[in-house]
Amino acid sequence: MRLWRMNLLVLSAYAIIGGLVVVLYGQSATIGSIDWDWEFTRNEVLPRLIQVVPITIQATFLGFGIAVVLGLVLAIGRLSKNVWISRPVTEVIEFVRGTPLLVQIFFLFFILPDYGIVLPAFLTGVLALGLHYSTYCSEVYRAGLENIPRGQWEAAIALNLGPLRTFKDIIVPQAIPPIVPALGNYLIAMFKDTPLLSFIAVVEIMQEAKIIGSEWYVFREPITIVGLFFLLMSVVAAIGVRRLEAWFRVRRH
Amino acid sequence: MKRHYIFLILILSFFAGLAVASFAGFKDFLPALLRGSVVTIKLTVMAYIVALVLAFAAGLAKLSPLWSIRWLAIGYIEIFRGTSSLVQLFWIFFVLPEFGIMLEPMQAGVLALGLNVGAYGAEVVRAAVLAVPREQYEVTTALNFSRAMALRRIILPQAIVAMIPTWGNLFIELLKGTALVSVITLTDLTFAAYQLNQSVLKTMEIFGLALVIYYFMAQVSRIATSALEERLGQGLSRGRA
Amino acid sequence: MSLMVEFKNVTKRYGELTVLDELNLAVETDEKVAIIGPSGSGKTTVLRMLMTLERIDSGVIYVDGVPLTHMEKKGDLVVADEKYLRQVRGRIGMVFQHFNLFPHKTAIGNCIEAPMYVLGLSRDEAQQRANDLLDMVGLSDKKDHYPSQLSGGQQQRVAIARALAMRPKVMLFDEVTSALDPELVGEVLQVIRQLGEDHSLTMLIVTHQMGFAREFADRVCFFYDGQILEQGPPAQLFGNAEHERTRQFLSAVLEAH
Repeated sequence: MRLWRMNLLVLSAYAIIGGLVVVLYGQSATIGSIDWDWEFTRNEVLPRLIQVVPITIQATFLGFGIAVVLGLVLAIGRLSKNVWISRPVTEVIEFVRGTPLLVQIFFLFFILPDYGIVLPAFLTGVLALGLHYSTYCSEVYRAGLENIPRGQWEAAIALNLGPLRTFKDIIVPQAIPPIVPALGNYLIAMFKDTPLLSFIAVVEIMQEAKIIGSEWYVFREPITIVGLFFLLMSVVAAIGVRRLEAWFRVRRH
Repeated sequence: MKRHYIFLILILSFFAGLAVASFAGFKDFLPALLRGSVVTIKLTVMAYIVALVLAFAAGLAKLSPLWSIRWLAIGYIEIFRGTSSLVQLFWIFFVLPEFGIMLEPMQAGVLALGLNVGAYGAEVVRAAVLAVPREQYEVTTALNFSRAMALRRIILPQAIVAMIPTWGNLFIELLKGTALVSVITLTDLTFAAYQLNQSVLKTMEIFGLALVIYYFMAQVSRIATSALEERLGQGLSRGRA
Repeated sequence: MSLMVEFKNVTKRYGELTVLDELNLAVETDEKVAIIGPSGSGKTTVLRMLMTLERIDSGVIYVDGVPLTHMEKKGDLVVADEKYLRQVRGRIGMVFQHFNLFPHKTAIGNCIEAPMYVLGLSRDEAQQRANDLLDMVGLSDKKDHYPSQLSGGQQQRVAIARALAMRPKVMLFDEVTSALDPELVGEVLQVIRQLGEDHSLTMLIVTHQMGFAREFADRVCFFYDGQILEQGPPAQLFGNAEHERTRQFLSAVLEAH
């Protein structure tokens, strides 16, 4: 009961603060207005952004594809018994993981042509995304494998199952359930990193929004729409990941 | 821990080697890059403080029995976790003026990055507080603590110690996040490297050096985090939050 | 002799399950009551409700003459709010099965925390009180140790000192030796015994230590299925129990030792 009253108090506090802002806001002569140009949004912004969405999605999935595969390779390298393999691999993973993606994008973009590899900016960006995120994925694989109770490996040995069988039937099914949602989260993270490709002039939605903004001298609508788009996709993807988690949980029990 | 020291030494010797190898070039690059690094560090530290404050406010708010407070926190967290940090930077610097709020580049950068990392940090705070065993809460009831006092003296201290490793990671994420600020006209380490590269075009050295400097800063942060963990963790041996 | 604790028709349900069914229990001031019974019989719930860790579904609990779970409002009894609970709750102290010491504080730190921040004592006053109590439980030399550096028995004794630092009128002991290695049980029981002898304190002890219950308690309550099946002086209950169930339980427990 008392909770109701306190909630009401808080809500009225919000209303008062909001009201004050609007009043003070209205007083000030220097500010621009809050009018939102719906026509502009509908006729110019949305169509152009929607046209470019496939680029963002393609970049995400291609990059993710590279990351997932390369990540596995890195994870295997990291877990290798041979110190001459595992140490360097570990250091490389830490180095790539611990430095900004944007610098890595620039690095590849400017360096590759020097070595004769001329790729369109899109592919360079995808490659950078894939390489950067492969290090995150390798950590996911590693954590997933390490989280399997030692007893499982030992039981498999005791039952004389052999390495391939062990992996296929015992280890992998147990490792997958925590790995998949974690990878799913990195897919979402990569999706939110695609705007970095705008720095090398890849025309994905952020770049397109900036172009619209510079053509029409107004950033309000384009950038906000991009933000809302990401928000929407995030929410949808988060629900998807949660469903996936639940699906795996059901399968286990 | 020792591994960090070893790698630090390796990095320093790499620096030294590089210096010896291309002294002239090195001399030219370093000042610009270091100037950029200063901006990067200033940005990271200030945004981190903002993030800490916001994370605790929102994280604890999300645990409130009052839904009016809870939903404000949820709104903040979902918006800033769910959108790209580049978009946030751009919006706060370029779009807010159209709503009447004009910020200096540094202010916008600190605010945007702080809001972004703060949203992730809020979940860390919340998880850590929830991870404190239920029995500790019960003891505070048995000893007749008020809710506020229990949180302040008993729950939060334990939660904070559990949070330290993850907050260490968030510092490094923030550090990496500062690389984007060229878009709001700040010359950080990344943009300094970019500018140098445009004029000198020794990509390998310039960007390589930039990467190494970032890595160096990240390692320093890791060492500081470990040290903090050890100092505050006396008596507590709990897993990561 | 007045009543220190009174349960009047108290019922507690967990969903479909009725854990306590119209329980009536009266404990006199300075009485030492041992509560025994099989798991799930509701004995721990009795203590938890008294310590306001659980809410009751019906009935009223009185402590030291005033209602605990309800408060008086315009002549009627309504469910107590947090503010009121905090006023009455201070008369009750509890020691838990798993000690639950504050891991980030030393032994003496644990004992001064509540007196300082709940009762408002100064650091000196709280430390003096804590020193006396730690002395009483035999742990003066360990007062600057952290819980992780103490044995189970030592931690439990600190927990007892910590609870006593609040000067409660009623002390609740919830299976306080069940989590201890056998050789550490004795030191804790000794502290409780000493406590009962030297101080006027109403004590409710949920325990499986039948020997201790027999020689220490003024009254033993046997709980079964959410009700007090039988209660009385130890000699009566242990020697010549009325109900078959009581005797079954006692023989099963005594056999296990």
